[in-house]
Amino acid sequence: MSISIQHISKSYEDVTALKDISFEVKEGELFGLIGPDGAGKTTLFRILTTLLFADEGTATVAGYDVVDNYKDIRNHVGYMPGRFSLYQDLTVEENLTFFATIFGTTIEENYDLIKDIYVQIEPFKNRRAGKLSGGMKQKLALSCALIHKPNVLFLDEPTTGVDPVSRKEFWEMLKRLQKKGITMLVSTPYMDEAALCDRIALIQDGAILEIDTPQEIIKHYPKKIYDIKANNMYELILYLNEYQYNHSVYPFGEFIHYTDKRDDFNPDELVQFLKDKGLENITIQPTATTIEDTFMELAR
Amino acid sequence: MKKTNIIQAKNLTKKFGDFTAVNAITFEVKQGEIFGFLGANGAGKTTAMKMLIGISTPTSGEAEVAGLDVYKNPEGIKKSIGYMSQKFALYDDLTVKENITFFGGIYGLSRQQIKEKSTLLINELGLQKVAGELVGSLPLGWKQKLAFSVALLHDPKIIFLDEPTGGVDPITRRQFWEMIYKTAYEGTTVFVTTHYMDEAEYCNRVSIMVDGKIEALDTPKKLKEQFNVASMNDVFLKLARG
Repeated sequence: MSISIQHISKSYEDVTALKDISFEVKEGELFGLIGPDGAGKTTLFRILTTLLFADEGTATVAGYDVVDNYKDIRNHVGYMPGRFSLYQDLTVEENLTFFATIFGTTIEENYDLIKDIYVQIEPFKNRRAGKLSGGMKQKLALSCALIHKPNVLFLDEPTTGVDPVSRKEFWEMLKRLQKKGITMLVSTPYMDEAALCDRIALIQDGAILEIDTPQEIIKHYPKKIYDIKANNMYELILYLNEYQYNHSVYPFGEFIHYTDKRDDFNPDELVQFLKDKGLENITIQPTATTIEDTFMELAR
Repeated sequence: MKKTNIIQAKNLTKKFGDFTAVNAITFEVKQGEIFGFLGANGAGKTTAMKMLIGISTPTSGEAEVAGLDVYKNPEGIKKSIGYMSQKFALYDDLTVKENITFFGGIYGLSRQQIKEKSTLLINELGLQKVAGELVGSLPLGWKQKLAFSVALLHDPKIIFLDEPTGGVDPITRRQFWEMIYKTAYEGTTVFVTTHYMDEAEYCNRVSIMVDGKIEALDTPKKLKEQFNVASMNDVFLKLARG
């Protein structure tokens, strides 16, 4: 096991950040921690990177205990925090050299590992980090987290606030790193990124809702979901919420995702109900479950 | 009856030195519409939005917001619009009630109006129990919903939302969008930026900015047809990746 977490709990004064968390990440796995702000993702990252003590429980990373062997862990893991934490007034190259030196290595020695990423910002190597665009800062931070060739890489919300194009590129970079044998634990509030991980843990309010492969998690969803559309989406939401048999009603892109309490649900009945309310152009059809549907069902 | 335009921009441009951040954008937003304003990081969305809300003077071009000229009457625009961003919305070290009173005062509401609105809003959001608590102690989702309501205190004709749902959990994100639907249903225009492409599908019309220009503007359905793809995410990737 590359990361092993056993019964970790952590509280800040009267707020419980993590409640009895246990899971394992296998060697070479790309593992996703999926959950909204305040779920406890950053607290868990800080415990695993030896920056914070847990109140209870134990954890090992790359075979080292997070408390007893904290110095070893620091040499073997890379950590890209959620907030940009490089030196704004050092240049791109100076930042990278700085981190290489701290870990007793050089840019040249591990250039192979960061090459793919670093070549994209190399033309700006004399620019101060503070003057880089969001996407470039992200690439520099990743290069700095990789420069000492870590076995395990922690990425805390690397794509938050990043546009879909840069997000897609970033995940392509992670997939390439995975091929080089690096184990990754990555957190994200974007549910669509869950599908890109080997396994995921859904987390909310400091507790794990479910752990499995994205495909299995989707399979566990207990209901059949219907896409519903009508001429007035706001009224459609109101009337679906009014409908006595509704189990869940969630806006989902151009449709509403609807589930019914009954096993023998007849969509025609619902369409008639909506027609009687004055809605027009009503369409209803079964649709595929997404991770987000599952997350919402578990978080209810 | 033809719906009136609440935003009208023609060749609106903003330059910083040699750099053209917003390059002659022309578009209209109708009263009561949910308008999605999309673009990659650095495409010029924030700069464009700043001109429309009266805090940045354009280099050239024309724009009217709520019937007011962005050059002649930026102060008038600020009073006529609501604004909420993810980065700054409310004061964490004021209570829920104090925030409402403070922003009510800023928007020039009378004491009586503030009192009425305050009660109404707290009841609608179900915040009765935490009305006296510091906003900083509330979960992010509650804060965002409260911030949205506060930005509507003075019944603006249009509300600008700058990435209002970043990091918010999926259920709250949907409750937030239900509030947006309701607001538009009641006639207020909603101008919203987001990085969640499923949210782009909630909008009546969507514009996509690339390198300072509006490269696409239509209903999500027509944009998907035009680019022959299944989702707004794919439209975005096709456009922004060039």
